[in-house]
Amino acid sequence: MGLWLAVAMFYTATGRAAVTAVPDTLQQRIAACTACHGEHGEGRVKSGFFPRLAGKPVAYLVRQMQNFQNGLRKYAPMEYTVRQLSPAYMQEIARYFAAQQVPYRRSPIPTVSATTLRRGEQLAQHGDPGRRIPACASCHGRRLTGAQPSIPGLIGLPYDYISSQLGAWRSGTRSAPAPDCMAEIAQRLRASDIDAVAAWLASRARSTDMQAEPAGSMSPPMRCGVLNPGEGGR
Amino acid sequence: MSRKAGVVGVVAVLALLGLGAGRLLALGAGFGSTASAAPVVEGPLDRPGLIARGRYLATIGGCVACHTAQGGKPYAGGRMLSTPFGAIPSSNITPDPATGIGRWHFDDFWRAMHTGKGRRGERLYPAFPYTSYTKLRRDDVLAIFAYLRSLSPVNQPRKALGLSFPYSVRSSLLAWRALYFDEGVYQPDPGRSVAWNRGAYLVQGLGHCNECHAPRNRFGAIPRHPRLSGGLIPVLDWYAPNLSAQPGGGLQGWSTQDIVDLLKTGRSARGSVFGPMSDVVVRSTQYMRDDDLRAVATYLHSLPSPPQAPSALPASAGQPRLKQGREIYRQRCASCHGKRGQGIAGVYPPLDGNASVTEPTGINAIRSVLLGGFAPVTQANPRPYSMPPFAQQLDDAEVAAVVSYLRQAWSNNSGAVEAGDVARYRQTPVD
Repeated sequence: MGLWLAVAMFYTATGRAAVTAVPDTLQQRIAACTACHGEHGEGRVKSGFFPRLAGKPVAYLVRQMQNFQNGLRKYAPMEYTVRQLSPAYMQEIARYFAAQQVPYRRSPIPTVSATTLRRGEQLAQHGDPGRRIPACASCHGRRLTGAQPSIPGLIGLPYDYISSQLGAWRSGTRSAPAPDCMAEIAQRLRASDIDAVAAWLASRARSTDMQAEPAGSMSPPMRCGVLNPGEGGR
Repeated sequence: MSRKAGVVGVVAVLALLGLGAGRLLALGAGFGSTASAAPVVEGPLDRPGLIARGRYLATIGGCVACHTAQGGKPYAGGRMLSTPFGAIPSSNITPDPATGIGRWHFDDFWRAMHTGKGRRGERLYPAFPYTSYTKLRRDDVLAIFAYLRSLSPVNQPRKALGLSFPYSVRSSLLAWRALYFDEGVYQPDPGRSVAWNRGAYLVQGLGHCNECHAPRNRFGAIPRHPRLSGGLIPVLDWYAPNLSAQPGGGLQGWSTQDIVDLLKTGRSARGSVFGPMSDVVVRSTQYMRDDDLRAVATYLHSLPSPPQAPSALPASAGQPRLKQGREIYRQRCASCHGKRGQGIAGVYPPLDGNASVTEPTGINAIRSVLLGGFAPVTQANPRPYSMPPFAQQLDDAEVAAVVSYLRQAWSNNSGAVEAGDVARYRQTPVD
């Protein structure tokens, strides 16, 4: 709101705008983003469908915008907003949100049984080798806070967002360059698994250090186009 | 398509066939002639100067926008073009021999551009705007062909046609063409300036502006007159405003510089580009030479005042709703668009006297409030300002109130919109 007030306008007696100052800042320019994702990309707590962008890796954020442009992710308002942004502008916007450090806020968690939470923890930390489901932690970082340059953290995301995104991977309204390992993993998850892992992840306490792991620190168990852009990627 | 709609469609096409026959006979042997084409010495295609000219012309024509699938290779086709009759895939116009135009001779390409017929003589669907491209001179078409033939071939087979019967039968186009297609290269008006004629040639031909900026009838055709009088873009559901600069026109009060600025940068002191026109500016008009942009403005300035546009909307929203709308405007809109809708030149568009606010349907204002969005990213404006989307913050009645208010505030005098209109456009796809 402060931002809007900063758009100071003064009028002369004739009523014509004499001095008009629009802040020449990126923050002012990207009102289309911050209206839903928050001025610092903190996301919207009341609705899990407007995810936090703050602190996510730059390359991850750029790729998501590209995916909305090229049809790999489907959500009409986002497709409309980013459709003609240039690579340079997307990079600048991504750097802005990646650099934001704002506290995580706890989002509502559905009431689930202890068994469900244990299943969620099992999937997140160890996976389910019998069904060839790798652990979330094998790619998203030991602390599940993501890994540079392009793997997002999972801690701090709302239940609604995680479960709806896993559903979107399954139904194909969210996808990534081939080989699309998240799509494969989502296909192997049961609906109850999605519920369990989303509830467990959303219930995790935020640690003081939410930084993504350094680049090269993970050795993913699957071949992923998103991790090896030269390999089958666009 | 429902069965009933299908029957209506068949009857419509039969009626068209009947209607079309007379005109077809009247045209007689003249139909399909290319008598107006100036003779051109068609030398080799791989001349750098010819290719460069063709590239410029193809850019003005905006070919790449339709002939590229979302996330696909440029010019390789495969974008599904939505029409009220179904989806039509764009074709691969890279020089791939098997799936593109690699085996085409120039005469094949000329026939497609000038007469709307494919390589085997099949009638092309007018989603390909040959209705405009027919006005191109043969030397310009040759340059475009040379440019397309210089591209790297992409092997990408054609996608299946998404049209249902009877539109899936290409002979249904026979009558349509007889009624709605005037074949012929642009004929300069000797009474007008060189710039005016250049502008008319670009706007009517390559720019194919009339394909959006004019009303389409229920057969998807554009009545012959008046040109650029504004129209609803079917399926996309955006209103392409009237382009007359005369009193009552959509560009009333626009100077030549305003028009040039808008097409070159995506913004002007009078308005900003949004919706499908963003693609046009980003891919096409921002690369036009200044003399061509000024020529376009010269031509647009000569368009006559529009007839009073019919509006189905109620004249006034009523005092309580306007009061609510004024309050929402004060809280949410005025900090950028100004207390009196005057905007901030070059940053936030004015809403007073803005044709996209006052257009007959109210769709543009409703959808802009819902979607917000960035002004086009152009060479001249690489980091545009944006408008927040209000879809999450305002309900249907609130959007209707603020849109009705700004359509009637200041010097604006357009019909009110209802909450039901807003509900409908909330769900409209963006492409």
